[in-house]
Amino acid sequence: MATAFGSQFSSLRGKRRERWRDLSPMRKREAKMGLLFISPWIIGVLLFALFPFVASFLLSFTKYNIVAPPQWIGTAHYVEIFTDDPLFLKSLKNTGVYVSGSVAIRIVLGFALALLLNTKVRFLGLWRTIFYVPSVVPIVALSIVWLYVLNARAGLLNWFLGFFGIPRIRWFADPDFAMIAFLVMSTTWVGVTMVIFLAGLQGIPEEYYDAAKIDGANLLQRLWRVTIPLMTPTIYLNVLINIIGAFQVFTQIFIMTGGAPRDATRTYVLHLFDHAFQYLPPQMGYSSALAWILFMIIFAFTAVIVATSQRWVFYQGGEA
Amino acid sequence: MSRDDQLIRVTRVLGRILLYFTLVAISLWFLAPLFWMFMSSFMPLEQVGVFPVEWIPRVWQPENYTDALKFWNFGTTFRNTMLVTIFSLVGDIGSCTIVAYGFARFRFPFRDTLFLILLATLMLPFAVRLIPVYAAYEAIGWIDTFYPLIVPAFFGNAFYIFICRQFFLGIPQDLLDAAKIDGASEVRIFTQVMIPLAKPAIVVIAILSFQNSWNDFLGPLIYLKDPDLHTLAIGLYKFTSLPGQGGIYNQQMAASTMMVLPVLIVFFLFQKQFIQGANISGLKG
Repeated sequence: MATAFGSQFSSLRGKRRERWRDLSPMRKREAKMGLLFISPWIIGVLLFALFPFVASFLLSFTKYNIVAPPQWIGTAHYVEIFTDDPLFLKSLKNTGVYVSGSVAIRIVLGFALALLLNTKVRFLGLWRTIFYVPSVVPIVALSIVWLYVLNARAGLLNWFLGFFGIPRIRWFADPDFAMIAFLVMSTTWVGVTMVIFLAGLQGIPEEYYDAAKIDGANLLQRLWRVTIPLMTPTIYLNVLINIIGAFQVFTQIFIMTGGAPRDATRTYVLHLFDHAFQYLPPQMGYSSALAWILFMIIFAFTAVIVATSQRWVFYQGGEA
Repeated sequence: MSRDDQLIRVTRVLGRILLYFTLVAISLWFLAPLFWMFMSSFMPLEQVGVFPVEWIPRVWQPENYTDALKFWNFGTTFRNTMLVTIFSLVGDIGSCTIVAYGFARFRFPFRDTLFLILLATLMLPFAVRLIPVYAAYEAIGWIDTFYPLIVPAFFGNAFYIFICRQFFLGIPQDLLDAAKIDGASEVRIFTQVMIPLAKPAIVVIAILSFQNSWNDFLGPLIYLKDPDLHTLAIGLYKFTSLPGQGGIYNQQMAASTMMVLPVLIVFFLFQKQFIQGANISGLKG
C-alpha cells in the first residue's frame, strides 16, 4: 500500500490536464460512464466528509446545544480552551503519552515479531494467527476482559508481574500508572502491524541478503543496511496510520475508566465527547472547536511526517 | 567434523530453541486474556476473584450463560446487530465495487485529483465529522433508527474503494476488450465479467465490513437510545454497567464470550482474507 500511495501522488505530476471540450465524442461518452459509476461516492464525500468538515468549523464559532439554533459567538470557545480549560491541556498531555507510547510499541514490537517470523520458522501460519487473534476481538469485550487483567487485587497482570518480584500495582487507582495500563493493553493490536511488516519482509528478494553475506555483512549489518532501508516505505505508512489512530483513542478509555482517576486517563476525544454528549446542556460548539484543534494537530503531524519522508523513505527501482 | 563446524551447529540449535521459546512466550501473552475470559465464564463467582489466579473452573457452571441472558436481552441485541451488519455489508460491497470500477476503468477529467481526495478522506479524524453528522440526523429524525449505521455504507467507504480499485487495475484489459467486441454493454461487463473476477477483493471487503459493524461502539452509543434497538456492543456495555453488576465477573465473562465467539468463528473460517485485509500491500498496483 505504501508504494501504491506513492504512485498515486506521482501520477499527478507532469501530466497535462484534460479538458472536457477537447475530448472526442467517444471519450466524452467514456467520461460520462466513469462519472456515473463514481457518483455514489461523490454524493457520499459531499454528505459525509465535506459537509461535516465545513459545518464543524462554522459550529466551532457558535454556541450550540442541538435544541436551539446555533448562536454566533466568534472565537470565544477557542479563547476559553486555551486560557480557561485545564482539562484541555491535561487531556492533550494524556493523549500525547498514549500516542508516543502506543505508536512506539506497535512499530518496535510489530517489527520485532515480524523479524522473528521471517526466519524460516515452522508453523508460520499458526504463530501469525495467534498473534493476530486479539486484534479481531470486539473492543467492548476486550475492554471488559482487560478490566480484570488489570484488576489490582486479583488481575492476571499483577499475578504475572509477581513472578518477577514486582509488588501489586493499583493500575486504575494510581494516576501515575493508569495511562501506562492502557499502553500495556495496546500491545493487543500489535498483530495488525506485524502482519503488514511481515508481508513487506517477505517481499525482499533473497539475493540481496546473499549479496550482503558474500560481502561479509553480519546479521546486524544486514538488518541495518538491507532490511530496514528496504522496509522504510512500510514503516512510513505504519507510523502514519498508527499516529492518526492513536490521537483518536476513545472506546476502551470510555468503557474502562471514563477518564478516572482524577482525569489521569482523560484523553482528548473523551474530553470532546463529554462536552458534546455527556454534559447538559450539550456543548456542541465547544466540542467542535476541540475537534478542529485536534484536526490541526493531526494535520501538522501528518504534514511533518510526509514532508520529511523523502529523506528517510526509499522506494525500490522506478516503482514509485 | 572440525570444532568450528560443531560450534556453529550448537549455536544454531540453541538459537532455534531460543526462537521457539520466545514465540511460545509471546503467544501466551496474546492468548492468556482470551483464555481466561473463556474459562472464568464457567467458574463459580467466588473463584473468579481469587489470587493467585486460577485457570480451571472448580465446578463447571454453564448456568452463568443463562443467568447473564436474564439480565441482558441477547436475542434482541443479536438480531439488531445482524440487521445492521447485513445491510451495511450489502451497501459496502455494492457501492465500493461500482465506484472502484469507475476509478479503475474509465478516463475522465480530474479523475486522479478525485482519487487523491478519496485517499485524503482516510486521514480525516472522525471527531471532526461527529457533531455535524449527529445534528443532521437529529434534524431529519434519524436518531433511534438504524439508518445512521446503514445508509452511509451505500455511498462508498474510501478504504474499501481503494482495495477494490487496486484489484480491478490488475485485471488484464484484453478480457474487457474481448467482451466489448462481443457487444457487451458497460453494465454487463461490470456485472458479468468484473464482479466474478473480483471475488477475492469482495471477500476482503465483506470481512472488513462485517468486523466494522459487529464491533462498532461509538455509532450505536450515540444514535440508539431505545433499549429495543441496542446492538450487541451496547448491550454488553450496558450489562456490565448495570447497578449491582459490577462484581458479577463470571456472568460478564459469559456475556463477553457470547459476543466474541461469532467473530472468532468467522476469523478462523476466513483467516487468509483477514490477513489480506490488514495487509493491503499484497494488492498494490
